[in-house]
Amino acid sequence: MADFGGDDIEAFRAQARDWLRTHFPPLLKGRGGFMNGEGGASASADIRAWTKAMGETGWGVPTWPKAYGGGGLSTAQARALQQEMNAIGAWNPIGGMGVMMFGPTLLEYGNEAQKQRHIPSIARGEIRWCQGFSEPGAGSDLASLQTKCEDKGDHWLVNGQKVWTSGAQWADWCFALVRTDPSKKHEGISFLIFDMRTPGVEVRPIKLIAGASPFCETFFTDVKVPKENLVGPLNGGWAIGKRLLQHERSGISGGGGAGARGGGMFGVGGSPAELALEYVGVDDAGRIADSDLGARVVAHEMDAKAFQLTAMRTVQESRSNQGPSAATSIMKNAGTKVGQDRAELIIEILGHQGLGWEGAGFSAEELSFVRGWLGGKATTIFGGSAEIQSNIISKRILGLPDPLAS
Amino acid sequence: MAVLTEEQSMLRDAARTWTREKSPVSAFRKVRDSGAPLGYDPAAFAEMAEMGWAGVIIPEGYGGSDFGYLSLGLILEETGRTLTASPILSSALAAASAVILGGTEAQKEAWLPKIASGEVVATLAVDEGAHHRPSHVNTKAAKTGAGYTLSGTKTFVLEGMAAGLFVVSARTAGADGDKEGISLFLVPADAKGVSRKALKLADSRGAAKVVFENVEVGADALLGAEGQGWDLLEKTLDRARAGLAAEMLGSAVQAFETTLDYLKTRVQFGQVIGAFQALQHRAAKMFTDLELARSCVEAALTAIDNDSPDVPELVSLAKAKVGDTLHLVSNEMVQMHGGIGMTDAHDAGLYLKRARATEATYGGQAYHRDRYARLHGY
Repeated sequence: MADFGGDDIEAFRAQARDWLRTHFPPLLKGRGGFMNGEGGASASADIRAWTKAMGETGWGVPTWPKAYGGGGLSTAQARALQQEMNAIGAWNPIGGMGVMMFGPTLLEYGNEAQKQRHIPSIARGEIRWCQGFSEPGAGSDLASLQTKCEDKGDHWLVNGQKVWTSGAQWADWCFALVRTDPSKKHEGISFLIFDMRTPGVEVRPIKLIAGASPFCETFFTDVKVPKENLVGPLNGGWAIGKRLLQHERSGISGGGGAGARGGGMFGVGGSPAELALEYVGVDDAGRIADSDLGARVVAHEMDAKAFQLTAMRTVQESRSNQGPSAATSIMKNAGTKVGQDRAELIIEILGHQGLGWEGAGFSAEELSFVRGWLGGKATTIFGGSAEIQSNIISKRILGLPDPLAS
Repeated sequence: MAVLTEEQSMLRDAARTWTREKSPVSAFRKVRDSGAPLGYDPAAFAEMAEMGWAGVIIPEGYGGSDFGYLSLGLILEETGRTLTASPILSSALAAASAVILGGTEAQKEAWLPKIASGEVVATLAVDEGAHHRPSHVNTKAAKTGAGYTLSGTKTFVLEGMAAGLFVVSARTAGADGDKEGISLFLVPADAKGVSRKALKLADSRGAAKVVFENVEVGADALLGAEGQGWDLLEKTLDRARAGLAAEMLGSAVQAFETTLDYLKTRVQFGQVIGAFQALQHRAAKMFTDLELARSCVEAALTAIDNDSPDVPELVSLAKAKVGDTLHLVSNEMVQMHGGIGMTDAHDAGLYLKRARATEATYGGQAYHRDRYARLHGY
């Protein structure tokens, strides 16, 4: 590939435009979706070619260091690249938990050998990762996790169970929090990575209220993990896990933006105002016929706009030299609330037509609303529930005492 | 907080320092207790004008600094924090906007330098009923040989007792409720036939009912084109609403911070009450709403500075969101303070009363949600 060095953004932009024109298959225009990296469907030849091309330039992870297969771009260059991609309907085929959460965390906490081994394959979109954090008895109180990891001299021995392991049925590798010291709580947790094909790993997909799901139960029975797969210090995994969750939360909140009309698994697309005009109709004055519904539609559209403006503000503030924006802490709760409110409103606007489960009599869009509405209930539970987010705001931003501190 | 220029940061810091040192809530309390008819302290306003705050949006050629609406919003946010009463909003923002947007060269020269120096307090006299509804204009302006004769009554006029100049909406044609046929006039308070009466509201500011009884003005008192005043009025009101929203944001932020301090100091059951999750999550919700409201207020002010086409929708969004937020925070301020919050000696009541008055001014939440829907075609 060409070396896109230098500070000249416009020169870079022109080169990126040329490169995209050559490599992006036009048939894939606008077909990117949520969680591409974890998708179970087999990829078409076009998608494979596009993934390979983006993987080779490192542009799937544009700002990661070149030494580990990243794009090595400045944030300004990455922004220009994104704009050029948007302009032609191109999307990033390299995604998933490896890119969103694990990669950035490993770059920060991993040793040189771990980075050399794992980052390039994430950058090329070759290896899919899943997250082994939650357990049946460790949800919001994640630090009470019990999956046991024992030092057996030449290897670690893992026994236990994880739950809500998204994409485990398709994942190649897992990053997990495990208990290495049962006598302590937070200080007895370590961060471990292992191959999902290791003997003793068993995956069972979970059916949810919305139907099939990417979530699984994952069981570990005498799983032998090489010693070099411990990330960070022994019993020092909690801090690493917390950092990783910050990456996760910033990814989830984006679903609430009014700009995110695509919907996807965790929410619904579509505009309540437009749907109300279509499904409920208008009165003589041209207003939504049901005035109570109309009032709630506008209140929701304004909430969505306020969230969108706040998302833009946090980006502007973090780009300036004012330091991290306090508004970032509210984004998960605010964004997921907007997303869930939108789904509830759309279901109500569509009436019975908005409750179709499958089969004839319903459009594909109508069916997607039902599944998205139900699936979206997960957004205020995973990645730290809405209640946990409120605890975090109270404690870290507002400086109120921790009621759980002993 | 929006990304500010160095000059804007300095202006905000100066406003913060001045309001805290010279105009804390106790200063407003003193004005209220003195029963002063103007509803603000003229000496304090003179100091503000001295610092250039009355000329922030006024072009340099007319004695201002042409610093823009976001900059003036920074000052209003600080004055809102300490409930500082002053004609900055009504005169230096609302009335000044009308003259800047619609005035002739002669009108600008006659009034803007005086507004910028604080020599004259100007204000909008547009509402005629309990609710803000700017197309509801029954005040008549009849054409005469030399100009117009105005007759009618305006109510809930901000700083109506102090004003030396009214920007009056009057009907030169059409019927009540029509947008066509509305004209704006610049009417000096000392014109023959103008009388006013204080309206003592719960927030103890200087609102008034103003009667125009066969008030004769020259043709040069007409602001903008005859019968075509609606667009100018809406543009002016949107600037006033955005400025008021900034002031309300400041009041809401301070009401929240005062309450948060109390949660950290009040001890019951052997611990500070801020350790209770029932209060923590309500505090987190208030903080969340404040951040969302701030984004809307700053976006509205920035859109005005950029003369962006989406000013009306962003202004209605800002006024409604900050109105909801101030409503919530002012109620929670009383509730979380408990008994002390019910006493007149505590500031909570002052914030609560001011909150409702500002919510009702230039259109409440319901008005602006409805306007937002109409602007979007539903």
